[in-house]
Amino acid sequence: MSSIPAILPKDAAAAEGKVNVQINGTWYRFPKGTRIVDACNSVGAHVPTFCYHPKLSVVGSCRMCLVEQGMPPRLAPGAAPTYDENGYQPISWMPRAVIACANTVAENMGIRTNSKMTEEARKGVLEFLLTNHPLDCPICDQAGECKLQEYTADYGRGTHRFTEAKTKKGKNLPIGPRVNLDQERCVLCRRCVRFMKEIVGEEVLGVVNRGTHNAISCYPGTTLDSNYSMNTVDLCPVGALTSKDFRFQMRVWFLKSTPTIDVNCGTGTNINIWTRESKVYRITPRQNDEVNSCWMPDSHRLNYKYINAPERLLTPLVKTDAKAPQRPTTWDSALNLVVEQLHKCAPTETAIVASARMTNEELYMVRALARQLGITKLDIVSRKGAGDNMLVSEDRNPNTNGVKMILGKTGTGLNAIRRGVRNGTVRFVIALGEDLTSPEAGFTKEDLEGLDYLLTIHHSENETTRMSDVVLPGVTFAEKYGTMINVAGRIQRLNKAIEPMGEAHSDWAIFRDVSERLGCDCVKVIACPTPMMVLEEMAQEFEPMKGLTWGNIGNEGKVILNTGVTIPLIERTKAKN
Amino acid sequence: MSEITYIRGREPHPRETRRIFRNIDREGYNPSIKCFMEDGGYETLKKAIKMEPADVINEVKKSGLRGRGGAGFPTGVKWTFIPKGNTKPVYLVCNCDESEPGTFKDRFVVHQDPHQLLEGMIIACYAVQAHFGVIYMREEFPEAAKIMQNAIEEAKKKKFLGKNILKSGFDLEIIVHRGAGAYICGEETGLINSIEGLRPYPRIKPPFFPAAIGLYGCPTIVNNVESLCQVRQVLMRGGEAYAAEGAQRSPGTRIIGVSGDVRRPGYYEIISGSITYGELLYDICGGPKRGRKFKAIIPGGASAKVMRCDEVLKDRNPDGTVREMSVFDIPLDLDSIAKFGSMSGSGGVIVMDDSRSMPKVLNNLNRFFAWESCGQCSPCREGNPWMLKLSTRICEGKGSPEDVDLLKSVADNICGRTVCAFGEACSWPTQAFTTKFREEFLALTKPINALKAHSPETAEARKYLIRED
Repeated sequence: MSSIPAILPKDAAAAEGKVNVQINGTWYRFPKGTRIVDACNSVGAHVPTFCYHPKLSVVGSCRMCLVEQGMPPRLAPGAAPTYDENGYQPISWMPRAVIACANTVAENMGIRTNSKMTEEARKGVLEFLLTNHPLDCPICDQAGECKLQEYTADYGRGTHRFTEAKTKKGKNLPIGPRVNLDQERCVLCRRCVRFMKEIVGEEVLGVVNRGTHNAISCYPGTTLDSNYSMNTVDLCPVGALTSKDFRFQMRVWFLKSTPTIDVNCGTGTNINIWTRESKVYRITPRQNDEVNSCWMPDSHRLNYKYINAPERLLTPLVKTDAKAPQRPTTWDSALNLVVEQLHKCAPTETAIVASARMTNEELYMVRALARQLGITKLDIVSRKGAGDNMLVSEDRNPNTNGVKMILGKTGTGLNAIRRGVRNGTVRFVIALGEDLTSPEAGFTKEDLEGLDYLLTIHHSENETTRMSDVVLPGVTFAEKYGTMINVAGRIQRLNKAIEPMGEAHSDWAIFRDVSERLGCDCVKVIACPTPMMVLEEMAQEFEPMKGLTWGNIGNEGKVILNTGVTIPLIERTKAKN
Repeated sequence: MSEITYIRGREPHPRETRRIFRNIDREGYNPSIKCFMEDGGYETLKKAIKMEPADVINEVKKSGLRGRGGAGFPTGVKWTFIPKGNTKPVYLVCNCDESEPGTFKDRFVVHQDPHQLLEGMIIACYAVQAHFGVIYMREEFPEAAKIMQNAIEEAKKKKFLGKNILKSGFDLEIIVHRGAGAYICGEETGLINSIEGLRPYPRIKPPFFPAAIGLYGCPTIVNNVESLCQVRQVLMRGGEAYAAEGAQRSPGTRIIGVSGDVRRPGYYEIISGSITYGELLYDICGGPKRGRKFKAIIPGGASAKVMRCDEVLKDRNPDGTVREMSVFDIPLDLDSIAKFGSMSGSGGVIVMDDSRSMPKVLNNLNRFFAWESCGQCSPCREGNPWMLKLSTRICEGKGSPEDVDLLKSVADNICGRTVCAFGEACSWPTQAFTTKFREEFLALTKPINALKAHSPETAEARKYLIRED
């Protein structure tokens, strides 16, 4: 007994607010209250789960996470506990497996995720889940990212013992405008039910019927039409809930996912773009507990069709004469033409309409260009909409804070520019990434017709580009690197998921090239080969960005501004915990 | 109790001791409060409400009373599980969802003697300081719900319920909540969900132990009807006196419902442990029907493991020697039969004689459990219909010997892996029947059946086989 350590591990752990847990024979320390499943996963002892989701309440109904568990033996009254040479008590293993999702770790607890009991429990549960599951993986959209498929590879028997008739349930049910339900594929984990109840607060989904006839269904008279309905598709561990948009479009193993951010509103929801070659197939939310948790609105998720639309501008377009039609040309001749024409513009009669949909790097380049040309009439188009008290921000521009920091503008100067166009004091307009005829910008077709010169940089054809003297094809958010600052003051990275369409160039590179050809000698501007370098230049200048590099922003971003704005859904989640 | 006369033909057996069932089938007795009070009703409440609540709990703890719903958990101990320093309201729920096949005891109380339950319940509510009680009445008892409701109104008029009960300062409301016809509502957390208006999916324990997080997240005590009636008996007779009667570890009387192949099936209230299963079936129930022999007993409601009547059981005497016995020698208390792998559960004894086909009995049980599985957790939801399909196929003569082993294996995979005790309840019969009556199952099977397709899908798939082996 003399070999017991002077300080027992349990006391040492308790001092840190932790407990000692043995997982597969090795002792670890975890904070009190850690779920067994999280503890095991964190040390590489993987625990399969269907119903458990860290953001939803625990129901413990799939039974896939059963593990063998043991505790120190209960002592007879008056008996002193015994310790081994490392100071741990012996573990007496329980005769039945426990679920790892609902139980938390405790001092001197033992877990076995690789024992015979655990293995048999998993095999048994998996076999049950497969009994009534249709074997339609070849035509199922979830194939390739299906938990049931993965666990079957791990714990499946290889042959099936169930040879009876399967339970028949509903197939291909359109339960919402964007979501389809296959009740036979469902493993009844009820993640979708809990998501709609706990996160969205609309109790639309429920379970009907009893026993093997259990099925997910909408309450009578309702449909799954929430703007967050497609999150249930992400949550679904199997192919029961599928996205109508993505159904039968592409096998997921052909897709490449790129972590980036959403640009449809100021929240800057973290997303993954799923692409194959130069086509975007879908967008899914990426977990960031400070921005969007695990969710995203459908409206934002589905707003990607313009990336591969036929309206995309693929080459520079120029008008050689005011009345002549636009014709495609090379970058070289287009840029030369632009430079030639910009030299003719009087700076006082020129206005730049920039966009808060541009990245910080682009805005920095725009500022350089404006300074070089001496243009002071410069502002952005502000976009406001109703916030949904979840993730959709009132600010529908993704980088308003970046504009404020770099250009010092908020969109209030746009009226003056519009007035100038109408009273003839503004003769030249440079429109960057904005359709001036859109309701937010407020210009009319007649306004634009009256201009002497209109230069547009945009990724897609619109009313403004059609009327422009020169159109330079820019790129969408999926085709460029850059950073944006969201409503809460968090700087986040955009990553390039696909190569620019046709001959389109990244907007910041277009500005750089124009600056260069205009005779800019500022090394900071023209010597930047990548947007990452632009970022480093900005980090020198702007106080909030001090010390930022592309690398240390990371995939989750960094808060650099104190805006006082919060994201309602995140606040609610934090308040709950 | 010589002064009590019972309806002719329904007199209690001389070996019975009628306490809870004292007024059941009594001549001239009706569910009114008048009848009950003439018989000394609510006197115990008057006594109990003058005691401290903690003393009432102590009295029940001293009595050693164990819950009569099936699990046999000590009632007094259960009451002490309410967290110390609790500031939330406490609820008491009376579980009258008596739906275990073969169990019929609570129904007579709620139909014929509702005030007995009410009195027990008021005492229990007082003990745990619950100001709101719910009687969860199964859907199949529509009359009882009316009778109970009427009893509550009567009790309110007499100030046994409502504000300031008997001027003690204790307030209590009791309501009747009706189920919608589901076996799973008898599971206490499923029952709580049902009262909350949710699907009666049982909750996971931990963390949802009702005494800590129950109805609407508040501490909730769920007690069986008979348990609450026994609480009244405990307070009436005193905890120590109650504990002195009957088996040491499960004192008091027990109501046994005997059904199946005996001459006199019915309900019998006996002192726990005072008789054996043999005495119950042969002496009280009159033995097997003419020309028949007892074959099997399910001793505690449908989910208890079946016992073979011709099985030789081995028990250890106090001096260490082994003695051989049969199921008929097992005393009728809560624990004795557990030693032999079954349970006395809710006291529903189902008897089968040699005219019964065991596979068909099992198939019948499987049909019940497959229909009653709530469907929340995977093993039970998918395992039950599988067991049903297998046992049906075996009964139809379309099974192979391997199917019997498969049936047992499916049950083994359910047992112990579910959210609630339904997993055990549904798998124990299959485990026990296929083990103890294996030869009967095998007799119905043919090896050739293993090669046949058992479903249209399989038949369809087999068309494409080149070689059938």
